[in-house]
Amino acid sequence: MKRGFTILAIVTGLLLSFALYEALIAAPTERTMGDVQRIFYYHVPSAWTAFLLFLINFIASLVFLIRRDSKSDIVALVSAEVGVVFCTVVLVTGPIWARPVWGIWWTWDLRLTLTLVLWLIYVSYLMLRRFSTSSQTAKLAAVLAVFGALDIPLVYFSIWFFRTQHPSPVIGNGGSLDPRMAHVLLINWAAFSCLAWLVCWTRFRLEVLKREVEEAQALESLLEGPR
Amino acid sequence: MISWEPPQPQKMASELKRVVPRSKWPHFLQNLDIRRSFPKTYSILGIHSGKPNPAQSAIKNVRSMAETQSNCAVVANGLIKQFGRFAALRGVSGEFAAGGLYVILGDNGAGKTTLLRIIAGLSHLTRGNISVLGNRNIREVRGHIGYMAHPSLLYDEMGGMENLRYFAGLYEIAPRTSKGDSAKLTEERCREVITAVKLDPDLERPVGQYSQGMRQRMSLARALLNDPRLLLLDEPFSNVDARSAKEMAGLLAELRDKEKTLFVVTHQPALLESLADEFVWMEAGKIVKRSPALHTGPQ
Amino acid sequence: MRLFAITRATLAKDVRLEWRSKDAINAMLFFSLLVVVIFSFAFDPTAEESRRIAGGLIWVAFLFAAIVALNQTWARELRNQVLDAYRVSPAPANPLFLAKAFGNFVFVSVLEALMTPLFIIFYKLRALGNAWELLPIAVLGTWALVVNGTFFAAISLRTRSREIMLPLLLFPLSIPALLAMVNSTTAVLTGEESARFWIALLVAYDVVFTTVCLLLFETVLEAE
Repeated sequence: MKRGFTILAIVTGLLLSFALYEALIAAPTERTMGDVQRIFYYHVPSAWTAFLLFLINFIASLVFLIRRDSKSDIVALVSAEVGVVFCTVVLVTGPIWARPVWGIWWTWDLRLTLTLVLWLIYVSYLMLRRFSTSSQTAKLAAVLAVFGALDIPLVYFSIWFFRTQHPSPVIGNGGSLDPRMAHVLLINWAAFSCLAWLVCWTRFRLEVLKREVEEAQALESLLEGPR
Repeated sequence: MISWEPPQPQKMASELKRVVPRSKWPHFLQNLDIRRSFPKTYSILGIHSGKPNPAQSAIKNVRSMAETQSNCAVVANGLIKQFGRFAALRGVSGEFAAGGLYVILGDNGAGKTTLLRIIAGLSHLTRGNISVLGNRNIREVRGHIGYMAHPSLLYDEMGGMENLRYFAGLYEIAPRTSKGDSAKLTEERCREVITAVKLDPDLERPVGQYSQGMRQRMSLARALLNDPRLLLLDEPFSNVDARSAKEMAGLLAELRDKEKTLFVVTHQPALLESLADEFVWMEAGKIVKRSPALHTGPQ
Repeated sequence: MRLFAITRATLAKDVRLEWRSKDAINAMLFFSLLVVVIFSFAFDPTAEESRRIAGGLIWVAFLFAAIVALNQTWARELRNQVLDAYRVSPAPANPLFLAKAFGNFVFVSVLEALMTPLFIIFYKLRALGNAWELLPIAVLGTWALVVNGTFFAAISLRTRSREIMLPLLLFPLSIPALLAMVNSTTAVLTGEESARFWIALLVAYDVVFTTVCLLLFETVLEAE
């Protein structure tokens, strides 16, 4: 396990450096937007990574509801947390991109709006976890995760239809992608996925340790009795 | 009727070794000498674990044979209930035969209410297992359990009969032969139960305006609606005047005589001194003493 | 059919109790009136643009009123821990949920019935499209809010800061429904677009979430 972690860390480090080089230096400069467009290589892979993590959260929550084991619960928690972080990156890089290009901070285009709604849903998931007083928090959170995941296609279709009726500037190049750019995009996505995996793994271990400590404390109070 | 022995870990362990070959034990158990590594845990908790493993099922088989044989209302095995870091129950074990009136005593915070709620199926155990009326899954026997707690579990804005009519609907008291018949049967049952607790069925006052004693009695009536085999009463005599309390105690004894099992948590055990079958003392989440007599003095 | 009997009995009981005390409904009616008036001050009804956003205004007002109504869904069951009495009985959990959801639906519909004429009067609204479409929009939209609201009100019973947890959980998930409600109403009022897609989306939303709520309510009720 430990060896795998180290290997992953090294691979991530290498990939990120390579991806950084590719994105900032090697990739061709976009015709209309100039160098600002390079933020695209951070904006889009973060979005994909976030979506992937939320998918993992959905699957882990379903598994938890069926099997009630704590591992799935921890995976659900971890993927939601890291997913929210990547979502925040998307929501921050979006305005940073939009401002120099269109002069506006925000645009209600499909991807950005969808990301915002996702962010809201999963932040509310994390808030439920934090505010719950029940001993079965994991179950309640898993239920909410299922709701959230089932909501996402509906969100997508509603925003998509809304946008076809009321078009607005699209962040990202709505049309085709130069193959060299696609290449850089994929490298960045691989780097971000490895980073996400690394962070999740660390957080997973941390959470396992945290729960073990809580169990030990609970066992201690169990044996020693009330004070 | 009273057949309780303290759990004997050594006997259980030797039983386990006999029933399940060592090679089939889970890995950690093969190399683990529980007694030596966790002496305190071992002695207090016996064998406990939420997760099934061959060792556990062997014990379960032995126990379930015992259950069916002795016709126990409740069989508790290492019950542990934790609220975060606070442990309300720290290893409650015991068998409670059917048809008895058990009085549970103890200071506040001893875990009496928690134990009752777990038997009622309202709370989930952190560890350990319990079998109620011969069933591991309490949901299946819900129709046979009556529960009464310190809050009245009644709607303050409705009258007594109205409340009971609603709850009777939840219990499906009257089989649905035809609508008129079932309504009549429900009505009769509600009146019967209210009269049994010495209240007036025709009283239209909302329950919120009752005196405390009346409210407790109406709450008891609600618990009796479905003619339960197992009655769980949490402090039924609190804030009740002496005369009503005596009447209620008499009623409880009558119920016990009708072959019902009753668990009564109370701070006034004297009311049931001559009526109860067994007194159970709890302290800090464990049962510390069981005795048919109230005054042999607690340890 | 026992499920139906329990649902009906619970719903009847709730309606009877609400009718008897009348505090909640009177306060809610007044609150709805206030919301409409405040919105009229905030969004000038005489300006031409207001007619375009009237659809949005109405539904946001309904949303606020609904939240206040939803927050007290389980209030009567919490007093005296009556919910324990329900849980201890062999009755299944879904009839309770459906009864509460229907009760809320009726309650919120009453509020909407009060607020709508006021909006029409203050904003001089006229439906330029198919006015009859407003009825399914209102029914489907209200059900969308109420079904999830009742469910999350039950979840928030097990949390601290109960009253804030309900909107916190409900709003993000209701966004597609809200978009659908607002846009379909605007489409009907302005007559410029078809509301068909939005109505279909509302139907899909209602079907999906009613199913999920019914499947998962028992889990939530037992999660103490």
